Amino acid sequence: MSHGVTVTSAGPAHLTRIAQVALPPLVFGVLFFGGWELLVAVFDIQPYFLVPPSDIVGRFVDNLDLIWSAMRVSGANALVGLVAGAVLGAAMSFVLLRFRLLDEIVTPLSIALNAVPIFVLVAVFNNMFAITSEVPRRLMVTIVVYFVVLVNVARGLRQVENTHLELMRSYAASDWEILRLVRVPNAISYFFTALKIAAPLAVITAFVSEYFGGSQNGLGNKITSNLATSKKAEGWAYVGGACLLGLAFYLTAVVSEIVVARRGAVGGTARGRDGA
Amino acid sequence: MTSTAATPDAVEITGLSKIFNAGRTNAVEALVDVDLTIAPGEFVSLIGPSGCGKSTLLRLIANLLEPTSGTVLVNGKPAATARKEQDYGMAFQQSGLFEWRSVVRNIELPLELKGWDKARRRARALEMLDLVKLGDFASHMPWQLSGGMQQRVAIARALAAHPPLLLMDEPFGALDEMTREHMQAELLQICARTSTTVVFVTHSIPEAVYLSNRVIVMSPRPGRITEIIDVDLGTDRDEDTREASEFYGKITAVREALRGIELAAGPRGIEDR
Repeated sequence: MSHGVTVTSAGPAHLTRIAQVALPPLVFGVLFFGGWELLVAVFDIQPYFLVPPSDIVGRFVDNLDLIWSAMRVSGANALVGLVAGAVLGAAMSFVLLRFRLLDEIVTPLSIALNAVPIFVLVAVFNNMFAITSEVPRRLMVTIVVYFVVLVNVARGLRQVENTHLELMRSYAASDWEILRLVRVPNAISYFFTALKIAAPLAVITAFVSEYFGGSQNGLGNKITSNLATSKKAEGWAYVGGACLLGLAFYLTAVVSEIVVARRGAVGGTARGRDGA
Repeated sequence: MTSTAATPDAVEITGLSKIFNAGRTNAVEALVDVDLTIAPGEFVSLIGPSGCGKSTLLRLIANLLEPTSGTVLVNGKPAATARKEQDYGMAFQQSGLFEWRSVVRNIELPLELKGWDKARRRARALEMLDLVKLGDFASHMPWQLSGGMQQRVAIARALAAHPPLLLMDEPFGALDEMTREHMQAELLQICARTSTTVVFVTHSIPEAVYLSNRVIVMSPRPGRITEIIDVDLGTDRDEDTREASEFYGKITAVREALRGIELAAGPRGIEDR
């Protein structure tokens, strides 16, 4: 283990590695869509049953503006809810750490709520606000994200190595110092785990919320309305937009984790060098 | 070190008892009526079967636990005061390195909590890294190091504030035999150079004998000291020490003391049911 600590970032080796990782899913993707296209052509499958990928791509390009505006509506709802839910969830986990009794009440409830489809509550919220309001959808996303982040960050703040706690106490560290130097750094990886779960979930919740009424402007609405009027290829094109939005959210969560992790490591390295 | 008329004992324990869950049906007498005095610069090992209270005794010295009765003085001060003034360093079986801090910043942590400024603690941390022969690894992250190297960082961290006392709870328990012997020799050198007093909890008889000036043999139910064995193997212990007949003689003495405990307790599984 003492060897292999030197980090080489030579270009060609790096690219080979990326190719090795990317190749299998790429090959699978090409085979999958190729097979789909072929299947529709060979068996002469009718469009009302299944449309070929080439049609979907065509409609996607034709309707790019419309798809983009629907993506922006659903994306904004998901983003607002994601940020609000993450901030509130993280804040609440600190409160739970401070008040044991509250934690014993809230945590089992949060875990239970994570296991049920609470997004149906959006039907109730729709009755509370104006019919064209985006607030019910954003509120719904916020609640879904809130519980995911709360459960994970609270766990990260609490599940600290016993050795770390004993060490800190041997240094006569105060509770505040233990929180700042041990619990919070420990919870950061839990926070990003939560974010990677919550980001795609925020997008899904934003779509599904649109099925319960309100303005007909989001991706969820467009998918159902196009499919209902037998515009199958258009419907699929919107599904493609939905996939892109979900991926974008997930990738943002992954990249932000890498950036934060690298800043921590690089910071330590830089300080180590200027001191040595 | 500044010395007054008489240097206080490194550790002075009188009438120490610890009962967990006192007054309840599941009360456990972890430690009963322990007296022990450790002189400055001494290396003392605590050995005994599981449940004999050796880790409890170490944590009472460290003031991580409060005694049920009796007193613990560290450096002539109550244990709580000694802890607040960081008069001791501590190392455990798990290195307990903070994985989000680089090696050098791990060693700086106790100094940071003492309020040292950045330049001073960085200088001291690098000095400690040289002491444990890891000078080239300052900016590495803990996961990049082997188990033995991590444990050396933990020792450097425990000694960073130059505490007069080092408390160690099976620090080499998770290492392989070769690394372990190597670490023992290094620990002796470091402690001799820094004139640190050590209280060392272990399960290993050769380890206890090789390292210690005195081996404290403890027995369970209730936890107490049954025998104290002096080990006179000189101050310059090296690989030859491990093959000396005196070394084997002391190993036999400790083993017999431990066997005495088992015989007194009767056949396993019957004595306390």
